[in-house]
Amino acid sequence: MKSIFPILTVVAAIFALWYVFAVVLNAPWAYSKAERAEVELSFSEMVADTMAQEKPRLPAPHQVGAEIWKTTVEKKITSKRSLIYHGWITLQATALGFAFGIGLGILLAVSIVHFRVMDMSVMPWIIASQTVPILAIAPMIVVVLAALQVDDIVAKGVISMYLSFFPVVVGMVKGLRSPDTMLLDQMKTYSASSSQTFWKLRLPASAPYLFASLKVGAAASLIGAVVAELSLSQNGGLGARLLAGSYYGQTIQIWSALLAAATLAALMVFVLGAIEKVTLKRMGMAQ
Amino acid sequence: MSETVIQAKNLDLTYQTNDGPIHALKGVDLDINKGDFVSFIGPSGCGKTTFLRAIADLEQPTGGKLTVNGVSPEEARKARAYGYVFQAAGLYPWRTIGGNIRLPLEIMGYPKSEMAERVAKVLELVHLDGFEKKFPWQLSGGMQQRASIARALAFDADILLMDEPFGALDEIVRDHLNEQLLELWARTNKTIGFVTHSIPEAVYLSTKIVVMSPRPGRITDVIESTLPRERPLDIRDTPEFLEIAHRVREGLREGHAYDD
Repeated sequence: MKSIFPILTVVAAIFALWYVFAVVLNAPWAYSKAERAEVELSFSEMVADTMAQEKPRLPAPHQVGAEIWKTTVEKKITSKRSLIYHGWITLQATALGFAFGIGLGILLAVSIVHFRVMDMSVMPWIIASQTVPILAIAPMIVVVLAALQVDDIVAKGVISMYLSFFPVVVGMVKGLRSPDTMLLDQMKTYSASSSQTFWKLRLPASAPYLFASLKVGAAASLIGAVVAELSLSQNGGLGARLLAGSYYGQTIQIWSALLAAATLAALMVFVLGAIEKVTLKRMGMAQ
Repeated sequence: MSETVIQAKNLDLTYQTNDGPIHALKGVDLDINKGDFVSFIGPSGCGKTTFLRAIADLEQPTGGKLTVNGVSPEEARKARAYGYVFQAAGLYPWRTIGGNIRLPLEIMGYPKSEMAERVAKVLELVHLDGFEKKFPWQLSGGMQQRASIARALAFDADILLMDEPFGALDEIVRDHLNEQLLELWARTNKTIGFVTHSIPEAVYLSTKIVVMSPRPGRITDVIESTLPRERPLDIRDTPEFLEIAHRVREGLREGHAYDD
């Protein structure tokens, strides 16, 4: 636990910086209120005001903390104002999109490694797909899938998949190609078939690469799900909270939804990390 | 008793590169008999590894004739006629030592009960009994290379091809492994093709030493060893040993004469 002190120092520095920015950014509003009320603001009064505005430009950490407390612990989780309720909706869409993304990613990676034609023809499209802004393409996916009478959650999953399959493809292609010429020659000396080479050599060799890209993919899935919820906000979710917050200038609500999304992503990466550790250990690849 | 196992007649192997053709092998003639221990020695680029790889069907000759067990290298490979030991041990980190040795057996479809038997047998041959359940990283470099030899022996091919298997190991471990390799050869009666950089190693191990020279890769001398098959390590101090080593050195120098 030697690392706890430096970690706390960094966290404290982040909060300190956050407070400084809150004061600087919210000060103009505090002064303009004071001007209209025709009162003179002392520095400490100004600072106190910047920490307690209703719609601050940058809410102070304790305001966000209070909002999160109010919308998680103090609200029933079935309430539409509960962050847990919305977080759960987002998590479902994320999980579905992540599952789609892993499936599609692995499928593409396997065919890219085995068929040169796929490598030449599909890989450039995969890369191009990621240069299209997800925000622009998400509403179109929603419209097309709605016309095909696909469930909203599946539409969200597809949008989330659009972001998460990419790191999986890239990581898996690299992983499946990681065995060097010597190991492949060795397989040839056994007269192994290409499916034997795949199952016994390429696939296990790709495990560490897969986990690395799963962690990136999980975070990407969450972003995809949140973006999807901007287009399908009637169904709720953290994205819907963000949208509602920005409609009504509820910056505190926006920030608490953002923090909730970040926490969710961190939790997923943490869980994946734990699975990675156990799996690689059981495979004998972690020492 | 002198049945020819590997036969090369006027063998050529040329790589086409952007800088023009490279003659890795040119006009190589060689017969290897059953039970021979043949070393290939020469400077880098002399084609010794290429020749071994051609025998293993990992390279395709561009001219001449090469047969292994009387058939083409490809047919011999498909009949699993040889075991190949690479420079690096190449053990799978996610498999135990036993699991690594089982790998070729799984690929070749041996029944489970026989696998266990064979794994135990070859582990004993390379003196690694008791290490079956260890992972490769728990073993020293020399032990890993022994495990890789065991893996090449597991499916009982008559030919064992070894490409500088001890090149990355230190001298002391190397001596030890050389001694063990001779013992293994005596017990299994395999035909062994062995690529090396080291003159003492080649002389100590071989019944036949093939000296090669580069550009183009060709054979400059084939020395039939007069040493007895039974070879304690201190045979390396006998005049007979030194005489053969001298001839190898001469052969190597001859190949280099026009070079510098």
